[in-house]
Amino acid sequence: MVKKVRSHISQNEQLLFEMSSPGKKGYQLPDLDVPAIDPAAALGGSAVRSEIAGFPEVSEVEVIRHFTRLSTWNYAIDLGMYPLGSCTMKYNPRVNEQVARTEGLAWAHPYQPESLAQGMMEVIAALECALAEITGMDAVTLQPAAGAHGEMTGILLIRAALEKQGNPRKKVLCPDSAHGTNPATAQMVGYDVVNIKSNDLGMVDVAELVKAVDGDTAALMVTNPNTVGVFEEHIVQVAEVLHSKGGMVYMDGANMNALVGVARPGDFGVDVMHLNLHKTFSTPHGGGGPGAGAVAMKAHLEPFAPTPRLKFDNGVYSWDYNRPDTIGRVRAFYGNFGVLVRALAYIMAHGGPGLRNATMDAILNANYIRKGLEAFFDLPYQSPCMHEVVFSDDRQTNKGVKTGDIAKRLIDYGFHPYTVSFPLIVHGALMIEPTETESKAEIDLFIDAMQSIAREIDEDPQMVLKAPYTTRTSRVDETTAARKPIVRWKPAS
Amino acid sequence: MYPETFRYTKEHEWVLVEGDTGTVGITDHAQKELGDIVYVDLPKLGIALAKGATFGSVESVKAVSDIYAPISGEVLETNSLLAAAPEKLNEDPHGAAWLVKIKLTDPSEIEQLMTVAEYQTYIGA
Repeated sequence: MVKKVRSHISQNEQLLFEMSSPGKKGYQLPDLDVPAIDPAAALGGSAVRSEIAGFPEVSEVEVIRHFTRLSTWNYAIDLGMYPLGSCTMKYNPRVNEQVARTEGLAWAHPYQPESLAQGMMEVIAALECALAEITGMDAVTLQPAAGAHGEMTGILLIRAALEKQGNPRKKVLCPDSAHGTNPATAQMVGYDVVNIKSNDLGMVDVAELVKAVDGDTAALMVTNPNTVGVFEEHIVQVAEVLHSKGGMVYMDGANMNALVGVARPGDFGVDVMHLNLHKTFSTPHGGGGPGAGAVAMKAHLEPFAPTPRLKFDNGVYSWDYNRPDTIGRVRAFYGNFGVLVRALAYIMAHGGPGLRNATMDAILNANYIRKGLEAFFDLPYQSPCMHEVVFSDDRQTNKGVKTGDIAKRLIDYGFHPYTVSFPLIVHGALMIEPTETESKAEIDLFIDAMQSIAREIDEDPQMVLKAPYTTRTSRVDETTAARKPIVRWKPAS
Repeated sequence: MYPETFRYTKEHEWVLVEGDTGTVGITDHAQKELGDIVYVDLPKLGIALAKGATFGSVESVKAVSDIYAPISGEVLETNSLLAAAPEKLNEDPHGAAWLVKIKLTDPSEIEQLMTVAEYQTYIGA
């Protein structure tokens, strides 16, 4: 049987285990120039295996080809638009990479003495300062390794501050448009989660909120703009409701790409928030990480910030470990430093006006898509959209086609799918975030593709239901994969 | 479709009260909205549930959704069928795929729940 029937990029790939043949090696050691010893005699019999069972035995070129071919299967922001809503998959400028590879930064060691790490500490200080200014906050910690980690750090700060006042309280409120990580975070930090319903505009219902906030409420976790892509217009009032009862406002900063340089959470009543440097500040993201979930806070929470805190006295940076109220470390060393360097490079390359421009373009691009597609797809919330737009599949379900099917067909048009079935408050959601880095030409291609799919659904829904057609593997049975997952390869025997 | 003997919540749970025991499940409308269900997370036996509190979750291919106690009480039994066969929740949500049985602490709470007519109006059935 002829197995190679497609060009290599779309050819399917065996597992390394399946390629294995006994005795094949990808290495050759030099001849031993010392007397051989018996490992069992030296280490004891129990420490020595007669063989390493089940390891694939392959040559170097087979390993190289295997992983190189796998790498060509990726869809990446460097190949095309990646309109994954709520994820801000923007282009990562190459200059960031160049800066992060600067010899003194790339080879810095976390145990380097402070006197020899002043440059690195200055990078951290400069980034903390820039993020405090961008968010309107008083202090920043760069330790958290990603967004959800930042959320947890933020809620721990709130809990520590409330405990210091004598009562950590019991509840955290989450709007029904929240990121799933928000309720999970509150739960992890020991709070009961209370759901707050959105109103018809896709915003927090202030009347509902007033009813829910009481002396047991520790905080509201709010995403602004929220997951429907709508700015919470009543955010100042929302914050006052919380503060009047001694509660605090946590802001999920995942959607900060719609605010940078335009509005500051610190000015509209937020007490603490996280930023996804890997989203808003263009560091690698989505399998290319690692992330960085900086947390920005108001002065009243700063005494509780993770240790060590950066200090600057008489022109010298040092780490301050003597912080009696701290929640302690949340990560080894000082955060994902290489990511922090990239984020600072991005901020400095743009400057204030450049960051503001990026925000305006992100909002413009999302609204351009909204206009281009609103005749074809149902738009459940009519409020003006910010950096992302959320349609529903209401018109297409008449033909039996759902958001997931449209997303699969979009792959055939060469685009990464948008976010499917999220946020949950939109039935059959299509959540699209183009980001500012897409040109009008690329966005027009995307709009054409989506319009074309809408027409295909009218004419031949069955064809769309079987998509994608151009991938190595076509439609997979996701239900069986989830119900009966096979997560480990076993020999056929 | 929707049994007369059940009472219903706005979150699409049903409860059937027999004596001081309530059997709880999710409605046919809920399973349709969720799509193919792949995992059901149920509480430990003996846990006290307050009306309206989250007591578990249902995971489908598109989302994980909390399930809320329609009525207060103590968990007597959970449906062991669902661990191996979560798809039963799609096939028989009002019957074999019940979720938990609860020993009621305040049977009068049942009056706050929707009747079948009210529920059908609520979901526009």
